[in-house]
Amino acid sequence: MATSSPSATSAREQSLHVRLMPIIDRYGVLLVVLGMILIGYALEPKVFLSFLNVSNIMNQIAFNALLALGVFIVIVTAGIDLSVGSILVLSMMTMALMAHPEKLPAWVPDGVRASLMTILPAPWYVLILVPPIVGVICGMVNGWGLTKLRLPHPFIMTLGTLNIFRGVSNLISGGVPISDLPEQVRWAGYEKIALTPDIDIPASLLVLIVVFGLMSIFLNHTRTGRHIYAIGGNPQAARVSGINVDRTLVIVYALCGLLAGMSGLLLAGRTNSGFPNAGLGQELDAISAVIIGGASFFGGRGNVLGVFAGALVIGIMRNLLNLRDVPVFWQQILIGIIIILVVYFDVLRRKAGSGREA
Amino acid sequence: MNDTSQTATPTLEARGISKYFGAVTALEEVNLKVMPGEVLGVVGDNGAGKSTLMKVLSGLHPASKGQLFVSGQAVHFHGPRDARNRGIEMVYQDLALAGNMRIDENIFLGREQLRGGIFVNHQANARKAQEHLDKLKIHVKSVSQRVEELSGGQRQAVAIARATAFDAKVVIMDEPTAALAIKEVRKVLDLIKDLKNHGVSVILISHRMDDIFYVCDRVMALFRGRNFAEAQLGQTDRNEVIGWIMGNKQQSTETSKNHDLN
Repeated sequence: MATSSPSATSAREQSLHVRLMPIIDRYGVLLVVLGMILIGYALEPKVFLSFLNVSNIMNQIAFNALLALGVFIVIVTAGIDLSVGSILVLSMMTMALMAHPEKLPAWVPDGVRASLMTILPAPWYVLILVPPIVGVICGMVNGWGLTKLRLPHPFIMTLGTLNIFRGVSNLISGGVPISDLPEQVRWAGYEKIALTPDIDIPASLLVLIVVFGLMSIFLNHTRTGRHIYAIGGNPQAARVSGINVDRTLVIVYALCGLLAGMSGLLLAGRTNSGFPNAGLGQELDAISAVIIGGASFFGGRGNVLGVFAGALVIGIMRNLLNLRDVPVFWQQILIGIIIILVVYFDVLRRKAGSGREA
Repeated sequence: MNDTSQTATPTLEARGISKYFGAVTALEEVNLKVMPGEVLGVVGDNGAGKSTLMKVLSGLHPASKGQLFVSGQAVHFHGPRDARNRGIEMVYQDLALAGNMRIDENIFLGREQLRGGIFVNHQANARKAQEHLDKLKIHVKSVSQRVEELSGGQRQAVAIARATAFDAKVVIMDEPTAALAIKEVRKVLDLIKDLKNHGVSVILISHRMDDIFYVCDRVMALFRGRNFAEAQLGQTDRNEVIGWIMGNKQQSTETSKNHDLN
């Protein structure tokens, strides 16, 4: 592979420190996960690693992990999507309403109601497609807005749609929960898959593994995936290389919306309902998972495995604190502390990095 | 203008290029041509229009007026991709590399080799990048290094490798040595000579007379967005060229020769 002259390879480049850096850079958060597993096992040796508990953790992190994955690809382009929690609820409520058209609020004109009633309730194979489709549409609105309107930062556009999507969701549902969904629709968020008579895994874990695997292949091995990283690294370089930056950004926000919609499907399945407060503030948990997972806010850095680990860190911590009967308020405080610590380590690493460059 | 190149077809020619930004005139009726294997130096003070002209040539800005010709053929560029498809490459002053990505990925950014029409063929790209770097005698530890780990000179070399990876006819360089350590400047200039020997035309924007007089065959000066002066390198000298940059053509060759000796 590398045919370099030996003289060009200085001692500096060979030092252990330099060789270790990329590894820590890439997999540091996995060490954190490992540490938390050890702590969990030490504190609750009987329960923590039991099959039931592990499967429980997976089921609980699934919808946040999907949201985080979407936010992650946006953050890779040095953007941000604050609207994912609202996309989640809008996709969930749209689906719930299509299953229960009788719950349409009073303001809907009778004519519209009557014609909707002729096609609704939709069969399950239509319902299951509704959240992803709603998600993609919302994501494209975000992408279109920030590329065509030239708003100064994605923060603005998605802060706007955070409000708009949640408002629409409350408007169409009248702000009340709608429960009872078809079994097939609930499968991904609720069902367990029996591997052996004794061992079963949550279907949501299967969904996570497939989606994360596909995303990893997309980001690392397709042209658009690499261009997403290039845009995060240097948008000017991407532009002069002939990459259609705006088109790529619309794809990125649409994918983020798709994942938020799927996340809504999982949550609806788990809770057997659509409820207006779903995903409220969830965008911050998703962003936390991404940042804990080692992605840089300035774009171009991070990987899918890190996002999963980031979501796992939050999930394990919540689980542990619940097992130890620690009040919810402490959970918030601890998550905050972890975010700050993880990013502080990143700052230290960067300092070491720039020292190397000099 | 000059007499040496009447017979052959210029690789790249710009005729009567004007560029307006609103009410501001950046370029007015500018002509430029560069022959195969020729290194053309472009000089001018800040705001003389050098960078704007290069952006027009490389397809980043459309010209308001005027016509471009590649090997005698009239062309219209709608973006950098059009220009690159015609073999015109630009090495930007700020390098336009993605620091978070590997050397081979930067070299082939936007032109990745695919496998099965979908997947980027990382192995083929890495191998071709290595071969290309070897051809240019550019040494890096490994093509899988991230660009942000490289020195300024290595980055410049990668940027040049990127510009020449696909049989470039013309490579435009905007101040390629401005940010380099002295030791690295020579390497980059030798790289330019190498390109010239391979028949590539090079347009070099530089403030450094040392660079101009080391690699260029011809030098032209822009002043306030217009063609100001032009000469084969053998028929001028540093002080005259510096005079052009300041908008001064009166200086006699005699006195400037004397200055040069001092």
